[in-house]
Amino acid sequence: MNLARSRAMAGARLLGVVALSVALLGATVIFGATIGETQIPFHTVAATITNHLFGAGYPVDTIDAGIVWNYRLARAVVAAACGAALAVSGVVLQSLLRNALADPYLLGISAGASSGAVSVAILGLGGGLLTLSAGALCGALLAFSLVALLAVLAGRGPTAIILAGIAGSQLFNALTSFVVTKSASADEARGIMFWLLGNLSGVRWPDAWMAMPIVGLGLAVCLLHARSLDAFAFGTDAAAALGVPVRRVQATLIAITALMTAVMVSIVGSIGFVGLVIPHAAKLIVGVRHVVLLPAAALVGAVFLIGADVVSRTIIAGQVLPIGVITALVGAPAFALILVHRPSGAGGTAR
Amino acid sequence: MTLTAANLVRRANGRPLVDGVSLTAEPGECLAIVGPNGSGKTTLISMFAGLRLPHAGRVTLNGTPLHRLDRRSVARQIALVEQHAETGERLSVREVVDLGRIPHLGPLSPRGARDEAVVDRALVAVGMADMAGRSWHSLSGGERQRAHIARALAQEPQILILDEPTNHLDIEHQLAILALVTALDATIIVALHDLNHAAMFADRVAVMERGRLVAIGRPADVLTAERISAVFKVQATIEPTETGRGFIRFTAPSRPATWG
Repeated sequence: MNLARSRAMAGARLLGVVALSVALLGATVIFGATIGETQIPFHTVAATITNHLFGAGYPVDTIDAGIVWNYRLARAVVAAACGAALAVSGVVLQSLLRNALADPYLLGISAGASSGAVSVAILGLGGGLLTLSAGALCGALLAFSLVALLAVLAGRGPTAIILAGIAGSQLFNALTSFVVTKSASADEARGIMFWLLGNLSGVRWPDAWMAMPIVGLGLAVCLLHARSLDAFAFGTDAAAALGVPVRRVQATLIAITALMTAVMVSIVGSIGFVGLVIPHAAKLIVGVRHVVLLPAAALVGAVFLIGADVVSRTIIAGQVLPIGVITALVGAPAFALILVHRPSGAGGTAR
Repeated sequence: MTLTAANLVRRANGRPLVDGVSLTAEPGECLAIVGPNGSGKTTLISMFAGLRLPHAGRVTLNGTPLHRLDRRSVARQIALVEQHAETGERLSVREVVDLGRIPHLGPLSPRGARDEAVVDRALVAVGMADMAGRSWHSLSGGERQRAHIARALAQEPQILILDEPTNHLDIEHQLAILALVTALDATIIVALHDLNHAAMFADRVAVMERGRLVAIGRPADVLTAERISAVFKVQATIEPTETGRGFIRFTAPSRPATWG
């Protein structure tokens, strides 16, 4: 056995895959920065990015440079971070709760975020000091705390967590509807609706600087628990019998996915279906070992959401669609396919 | 490696499921746990495996209480094969057996050649080396049970605990699984439904009734016609065999159960 050589080859292959992934991600981000309503030639985009990253000092039109750097590139970076965070959260929750239909909003986070957002935007909570995003973040974290408390009281099991999440989501959705119907003007209601379906329009670099470290941290924590997540394949008892500290792992991972999702929702609204569909797509591509699955899902989610954003900006001339509409239009049929082709025995219903 | 239960009690809704059980699994022996439905076999086994804490009493591994030990180090010494462990994931047989290496690996350490070798050996031991690439969902019940046993073997345990491993298998696979397990170089604790399986394969048999341990000893001493009648409510005669373990022949109830 030439162990050293096979090790070296495995290492080289890993390096190759990582390099390819980074290149793909970078290319997609640049693609996102190139495509848009204003026609900007690729060499201007390339020059702008090199100017900002390396201080190259190529002469470019300042308005074009502003559009590329401040508007499109920040937007593409946030879309990538958001897609990665939602996809990773989806993988973790589906494995942890052993439910193929679990998604990051299951924990009441998007419902809480919308309640927080309307409280700020319509009720004027915080007296102008709170931004919409800050309100959404507070709402999301509050809703998650409530759901987590309820799940602990209801017995901690996967079913308890899912039921608590549904109860929490219903409550906060009702609160949002109540506030909107009671107090909002037609314009405000339309604005909130747009935000709820996901909206990257107002995104700038400060949002990117908030999103990137969160998704980096989240992915790192989940990767550290990749083996534990593998162990959950046959349930919590099987995981415990394989030496996984089940409760601690559950608490850590649910908290980190909740944080990632809450931050993303507060920046871009609740973009549906990414956290549900991308994990399944990634599984079909790379299999179910989490050490590979988690980064793969992050990459696919990032690329998918940049693509969805480009489509949402360009499909109807002169109008930006909410990105959630695009992801759902792709996601719903994909979801139907997954439902039809789930392996028998999944979900555990006796026949 | 000695696993000892001392005065174990576990209740559910105020009713004792396991009520004051004390026993020791001696190194290398095969200890069968038998008893009617609801006698507490599965609960006892889950405490032995460290999955449930007893409400009173304790389980010790070589004298150290199980709950004081780190979960991972317990999983390197005790492996469990559950009754119905199913998954919705599209795992291959090899990926299932790979799970058994988790207690031996840190969060960042890659799997090495030794891990691969142990998994290969486990697959060979259960006769599934040629099925390693098969998908879990394409396996029969007997094959799934064998894959679970291979996963448990990949943990390299000194103690293997099995909860009714022969459930839902045909007679050929029932005997094959028990022969496989009892030939292993490990302490075996196995809950069994079939008293003849216990008589055939176990070194000692523990009889449970309503949460209590009512007898423990060699099969021929424990599985007597009187005890079977008292615990299992059926009439039986014990026929001698060359092995000295005896064959239990059950008698059909003399009068059929009446409705209402």
